[in-house]
Amino acid sequence: MNILVCIKRVPDIAGSVTLDDTGTEIDESGLGHTMSSHEECAVELAIQTAAATGGTVAVLTLGPAEAVEQLRAAVAVGANDGILVEAADPSVFAPEDIAQVIGDVIRDRAEAGQTFDLVLTGDDAADTGDFQVGIRLAYDLGYPVLTNIQTIGVTGGGEGAGAGSGGGGERGGGRIEARGIGPAGTEIFSLDLPTVVAVHEGGVDPRYPSITGRMKAKKAPIVEYDAPEPGTGSPRIRLELPEVKASSVTILGEGPEAAPALVDVLEEIGVIRP
Amino acid sequence: MTLVFIETDTSGQVTLTSAEALTFARTQLLPDGGAATSREVSGPPSGSTEAVVIGELSDSAVDALGRLGVGVIHHLEHPDLAEYSAAAWAQAIVDVTPESGTLLASGTPRGMELMAHAAVRTGARMAANVIAADEEGLLRQVHGGTAFERLRLDGDLQVLTIAGHACTPEETTPITPEIIGYDLTVAEADLATRVQRTEVEAADDASGLTSARAVVGAGRGVGSENGFAEVLELVDHLGGALGVSRVVTGLGWRPHAEQVGQTGSRISPDVYIACGISGAIQHMAGIEGAKTLVAINTDEEATMVQRADYAIIGDLHEVVAAVNEEIVRRRG
Repeated sequence: MNILVCIKRVPDIAGSVTLDDTGTEIDESGLGHTMSSHEECAVELAIQTAAATGGTVAVLTLGPAEAVEQLRAAVAVGANDGILVEAADPSVFAPEDIAQVIGDVIRDRAEAGQTFDLVLTGDDAADTGDFQVGIRLAYDLGYPVLTNIQTIGVTGGGEGAGAGSGGGGERGGGRIEARGIGPAGTEIFSLDLPTVVAVHEGGVDPRYPSITGRMKAKKAPIVEYDAPEPGTGSPRIRLELPEVKASSVTILGEGPEAAPALVDVLEEIGVIRP
Repeated sequence: MTLVFIETDTSGQVTLTSAEALTFARTQLLPDGGAATSREVSGPPSGSTEAVVIGELSDSAVDALGRLGVGVIHHLEHPDLAEYSAAAWAQAIVDVTPESGTLLASGTPRGMELMAHAAVRTGARMAANVIAADEEGLLRQVHGGTAFERLRLDGDLQVLTIAGHACTPEETTPITPEIIGYDLTVAEADLATRVQRTEVEAADDASGLTSARAVVGAGRGVGSENGFAEVLELVDHLGGALGVSRVVTGLGWRPHAEQVGQTGSRISPDVYIACGISGAIQHMAGIEGAKTLVAINTDEEATMVQRADYAIIGDLHEVVAAVNEEIVRRRG
């Protein structure tokens, strides 16, 4: 099964942030970058599924030239190649635009002979949290789509199925079983390929790159595209930061001697079971 | 008109997050008809908010919706909607969605998924994790709640999800909602993603975490997979739930269903006791709704301590064990 994983370069934020001079972006100058946690799991799921079916994994990102780092990070843990759609400022793209760009690339790759049976995304990105790109992409391709998925199993065929009508091929090339989070428990879905699946963190543990993997990543083929002008455009007016509140913490004490003071607080709130 | 998708729990009750979404719809300034609204910022009168419910509609849910200001309930029932399929459910919602105004749901996994499908099917734009709406447009959480995005969605219809705990559910003057039923047609293609079956296991159930009045949080400071004894005893004393940081689930010490944060559960207990959790923003995003925050940490400068209402500086194992002993002692 040939799989495409769509990932995003996001700032790796651990504490508070500041805004840049435009007020429309956070200041990333002092921040490292990573891929969103849902997408780390999507990459891992893709590698496992491709290994089980004798397939391949390609990773795609829309981002600045530096986003090739995230593509190579995915290759370092087992992906085969990368696709960079270069956009100096990806924040001007709406979810609608990003889905359209990815759909166009998938169709272009199909014409070039690189088809995908399964397209994985993260549920949403750590920065924008839009929760739309995977679903909008599926509609663009004419594929079904699942979200909140944590594991995938192949239940029929799955080898070299080729992309469906929206992606340049025919349906009927395999079937997957996907397990995801529902309000009452784990929900199990079964559907034909090709399809889009948006992955939620927690079903698999992303692996660490080996030295061999790191070496391979340096030489991995990266196909590059220039992003088109966004058709819809971001609805953003500006970013705002929450009001910084002065700490008003009451230190109850140090060590075990402070325990009675905390129990007093818990009794006052009324949460100690009789 | 503002239409709100309502989620109900297994006993047919309106969920807390749906009550929050209804309160948001009633109290925030949302467009009506795609043009500038004439509503007051203080909120439209009861009855101008409408609700859509799929599946069972209990009498208690109707009463609750009436107390939350719902004037009309669009009740959608069909054998093909008995099992969840996002595409089929979304189309059913779209069938009763007005051409202009606002369609919204709470920012749960269901709400997010359905609103995204509905946005595509109506040609509307969507904003997720919205926390406020006023004359300037919408305000929503980005970067895990570290920053807010001010935005404006063009088009006659806008589709939103409301961030958990963006507002507190507030009842209004009770009214008796009009209930409208429909003869629905469900397209076979929309059932391709129907749930085949649901497996209920304790390890998958996060409902206790999101509904608990007291949550004890545990982070890397617990030390190992075997280091949860004192914390779990405190959970038991409080009749509460255990919530853990992403580091803990990443290390495989506890299941993902117990994870609190941006990619885990978002909680709103009366008290959250964070044991050995430094306070990464992704975790803080999940505990914004906690009414009282207690930190137990060796580092007085940790973000969690600085953001807490109360803190004890010290080793969590020693402190939590002493708290457990004190609770037992007071019980006599």
